[in-house]
Amino acid sequence: MDVTAATAFVLEGHALVAGEAAGELLVAHEPLSFWGGYDADTGEIIDRRHALSGLNASGRILAIPSTRGSSTTSAVLLEAIRAGKAPAAILTSEVDAFLALASIVADEMYRTPLPVVALGLDDFARLRSGVRATVERSGRVRIGVGR
Amino acid sequence: MSTSLTDHDRALLAGEHGEASRMAMSILTRMAEVQGAEALLDITQAHIDSALYMGDATLEYAERLAGLGAQVVVPTTLNVAGVDPHGWERWAVPPEWAAKARRQMEAYQGMGCTPSWTCAPYQTEARPEFGQQIAWGESSAIVFANSVLGARTERYPDLLDICAAITGRVPAVGLHLDENRRGGVLFRLGDIPSAVQRDDALYPVLGHWIGSVAGHRVPVLDGFEAVPTEDQLKAMGAAMASSGAVALFHAVGVTPEAPTLDAAFHGGRPSEVIAVTMDALRSARADLHTAEGDALDMVVLGSPHFSLEEFRTLAPLLEGAERHPDVRFLVTCGRAVKLIAEKAGLLGPLERFGGEVTVDTCILTTPMLPAETRVLMTNSAKYAYYTPGLLGRAMAFGSTVDCVRSAIEGRVTRDESAWT
Repeated sequence: MDVTAATAFVLEGHALVAGEAAGELLVAHEPLSFWGGYDADTGEIIDRRHALSGLNASGRILAIPSTRGSSTTSAVLLEAIRAGKAPAAILTSEVDAFLALASIVADEMYRTPLPVVALGLDDFARLRSGVRATVERSGRVRIGVGR
Repeated sequence: MSTSLTDHDRALLAGEHGEASRMAMSILTRMAEVQGAEALLDITQAHIDSALYMGDATLEYAERLAGLGAQVVVPTTLNVAGVDPHGWERWAVPPEWAAKARRQMEAYQGMGCTPSWTCAPYQTEARPEFGQQIAWGESSAIVFANSVLGARTERYPDLLDICAAITGRVPAVGLHLDENRRGGVLFRLGDIPSAVQRDDALYPVLGHWIGSVAGHRVPVLDGFEAVPTEDQLKAMGAAMASSGAVALFHAVGVTPEAPTLDAAFHGGRPSEVIAVTMDALRSARADLHTAEGDALDMVVLGSPHFSLEEFRTLAPLLEGAERHPDVRFLVTCGRAVKLIAEKAGLLGPLERFGGEVTVDTCILTTPMLPAETRVLMTNSAKYAYYTPGLLGRAMAFGSTVDCVRSAIEGRVTRDESAWT
């Protein structure tokens, strides 16, 4: 691990859908529509206007401020969860109903909710791609630690 | 905080009205908690985007609800489907996809939804009234219902819209409430010259740009030289809801909640005033145009679905002309509008031109385009926005007249005079 204890920190988020996850952060500072933006079969970000275009979010902790655009975003995320190609968890800067919904329906249908945590603008701004993070059920996010 | 529920809400949640209502109410109340709703409220109409086949999960969700005996309790229309059951065989749709998309369509029809199959339900009899509380899916329909009709809906995502229709209840949040419908940011159009104001491409271009800068604020537009038509507002709203998350805009002197600037802001002041510049519009127009060179395989119009009025405008542009043999010309619309257009004699010119119509779906929601169709052209910002990512294809963007001319000439050509 190349992240020292000195750079590790803890954020107290609001768990929109509670759960545990660990993984590498993939961070963007612009919103993402999953419809036309996320390939549910592979986990690739396919919005060619988006900063994360071409990167794969499957199994990572995806951090986006919020979703935008299409109301089909929730369906795409549900497909990704079912296909095992969803992010390990999603961190947002604000309460995003579309993401929470996909996770709640995944819980109702498959008992596999996806952790979704809203951090607030200031905490969200501290996230960096490539850093490890763990998400706890309480909404606490530990940055710079994890497997 | 906790959402307060009525006795009826609790009965639904306890499964006293069946397992389907229990599941729908469970999802709704969990969402109400996420959104911090104090209560739920009644809706009297719904429009469902969930019937769009996206894969096994959306089909399983539909068949789970249908299998549990779900029935909608308010008048409910259906958005575009994953297949055009009237003619998918003429396109590249894989039979397995068509079969599953059909199953998903049947599941929602079985729940009592009207088989409208259009992203523009406001073009049918299901047009909500001013002030009516509704639960609509489909981002372009949501922004139209809120802004142009003054009905009240939040942005209902797929999966949740059907829960609202099954229970007749939604979280009392967002645009259902007065205070959240107040204008936020003011866009002034005073610097936009008449030549551009008269170009129908202004509306999708302007919407594309505003969507990218408005954020979560309600945009207010002031300074249109002429009152925009319903179809122009449709195009602009769909663009805002693609590049951004806009679910409501006001246009001063045009839309029903903005008879005056003061009314648009509920007597308050804008958080920001932005002058729309030609530079901003030019760059937005360039952003929509992802085609390089002038090669062209297909022109596609109708996102949101083409209206009767648009068929009426298109017909004389096509009269006496024929598309280039190498360029297909497609219009996507709802089945009801196609029927009315046919009766009005508006499909004849399109057929003689060599054009085609696809109903119930669109190029973004069914895998209909053959591999050799690589470069498309449209007048729709929504088609232009989503085509590169969803279909992996380039899209030229122009006015309706540009699109027709390009189809005739067999290459992308745009009248740049107003834009340079």
